[in-house]
Amino acid sequence: MSTQTIVAAPEQSFALSVRARERLLGIASPIVLLAVWEIAARLNFIDTRFFPAPSSVIAVLIDMLRSGELISNTLVSLRRLALGALIGGVPALILGIAMGLNRWVRAIFDPLIAATYPIPKSAILPLALLIFGLGEGSKIFMVAVGVFFPVVINSTTGVLGISSIYLDVGRNYKANRWQTFWTIALPGALPVIMSGFKLGIGIGLILIAIAEMIGAKSGLGYMIWTAWETFSVEQMYVGLFMIAIIGFVLTVLLNEIERFIIPWKRD
Amino acid sequence: MSQSVTNLRAIDPSPAAERQPAVAQPAIRIRDLHKSFGGLTAIDGVSLDIGRGEFFMIVGPSGCGKTTLLRILAGLETISSGAIEIDIPAGSQRPENAMVFQGESIFPWMTVWNNAAYGLRMRNAPAAMIKERVGHYLDRTGLTRFADYYPHQLSGGMKQRVSIARAFANDPEILLMDEPFSALDAQNKLLLQEELLHIWDEQKKTVVFITHSVDEAVYLGDRIMVMTAQPGRVKCFIRVPLPRPRAIIELQKAPEFGELIHRIWSELRDEVQRAREQENQDAAQDKRAKKEGQPS
Repeated sequence: MSTQTIVAAPEQSFALSVRARERLLGIASPIVLLAVWEIAARLNFIDTRFFPAPSSVIAVLIDMLRSGELISNTLVSLRRLALGALIGGVPALILGIAMGLNRWVRAIFDPLIAATYPIPKSAILPLALLIFGLGEGSKIFMVAVGVFFPVVINSTTGVLGISSIYLDVGRNYKANRWQTFWTIALPGALPVIMSGFKLGIGIGLILIAIAEMIGAKSGLGYMIWTAWETFSVEQMYVGLFMIAIIGFVLTVLLNEIERFIIPWKRD
Repeated sequence: MSQSVTNLRAIDPSPAAERQPAVAQPAIRIRDLHKSFGGLTAIDGVSLDIGRGEFFMIVGPSGCGKTTLLRILAGLETISSGAIEIDIPAGSQRPENAMVFQGESIFPWMTVWNNAAYGLRMRNAPAAMIKERVGHYLDRTGLTRFADYYPHQLSGGMKQRVSIARAFANDPEILLMDEPFSALDAQNKLLLQEELLHIWDEQKKTVVFITHSVDEAVYLGDRIMVMTAQPGRVKCFIRVPLPRPRAIIELQKAPEFGELIHRIWSELRDEVQRAREQENQDAAQDKRAKKEGQPS
């Protein structure tokens, strides 16, 4: 004897529980990993010279916070990042939009950008040191280079992707060049430009860490590098942790900025 | 006057008067207009006059060059040969034309208000004027409540209303409309056609309106120009003697309405057929060309 009952799963609640489970796993996995790490370190299953217990890293982090060392190095790196993003991003934005709007400008700069883009940005650090010396200039320059390329490329792509009907509207309503730039090209390309900025700032963060490891006296990269030299592994982890936090906060911040300056995408 | 210039390729049985391109007081005068793109002739010797304050309709099969003609009038295309004169009254401060585009043309990054104000802002109109004009036309199109909305929050019909408000608010001498309602469902279309007639009644601007809908041509127009299949030529002009102001629903009951529809359709049918044959021929040619191009 057999009875079969087929019950249709209520779809929505199922989908919700899946999402809730996903979120739970997302929070649980790093916690579990840290716990396993902590236990393994205390039981000497792993080499604490390379993988110090999270608790000892936190202890060093608190020390460094108290001494002000962590804050000052973080601020120095952030300042370089901000200046570099500005110095690289603004000209890239203007050039990129000009390339999108004008085929002659595009014809002139496209090959230059295509040729220099594939060069690994970290490879020009020695050149940057040669030109700008050991001071702030070389660090800011590296970030600027990292931000420049994704922004210029995305600005051009963004403008070229604007539906031609909008440019026709601009022409029909007699918008001049300047008005076309402000009312059509810039806002029309802004979503793509924003993702260029996000990408560029991510690259900038990588480059600032590298640049500060060589010939710098401050910054998070310098902090990580000196930790290697003095073999203070906990400090190294503090530096890595700080960079991860900066990356995360910047992502959240840029998403908020995007929501603010692109209100027409909001729902 | 303009009667001396004739280039009539129209071959139709309609009364002679309707074959004349000329009208008494033309706002737009087009003579022997040719436009080609590369080897393709889009417009082949079109001559016509459009009167001041006339609601002028252009119908024709797809690919007959009607959109090209409108884009030329809008200053978005150049002409290959011929002449266009647009008569602007002396001392007029108004822009020559404003276009309502087919498809979505309002800027997604501007609110309804800013979209409607676009033309006025581009010509640096005084703020008070912008406020008054935009307010008026948003009111007339029923959009006042949505002034701060972004286009993605609006339905297709509302977006097209914004586009109409933008064109009217700019207060041009001539309104150009390129199948503005073609993407809308039948109910919305009817509603917008009636609204357009109401707004137009206020000032009776010169309108050049393109459509592929014969009904729409009769509902709205004073005069209808039927175009031939590619290359675009004038097939005939048909006057719409229906009185204004018009109520579209009532029109359908009028016996003249049915007659007009019938007449336009019989003019148009051959052209649509011809357009279709052309398409088939082109497709066959493409196929042949591809076959020959293939290595055996």
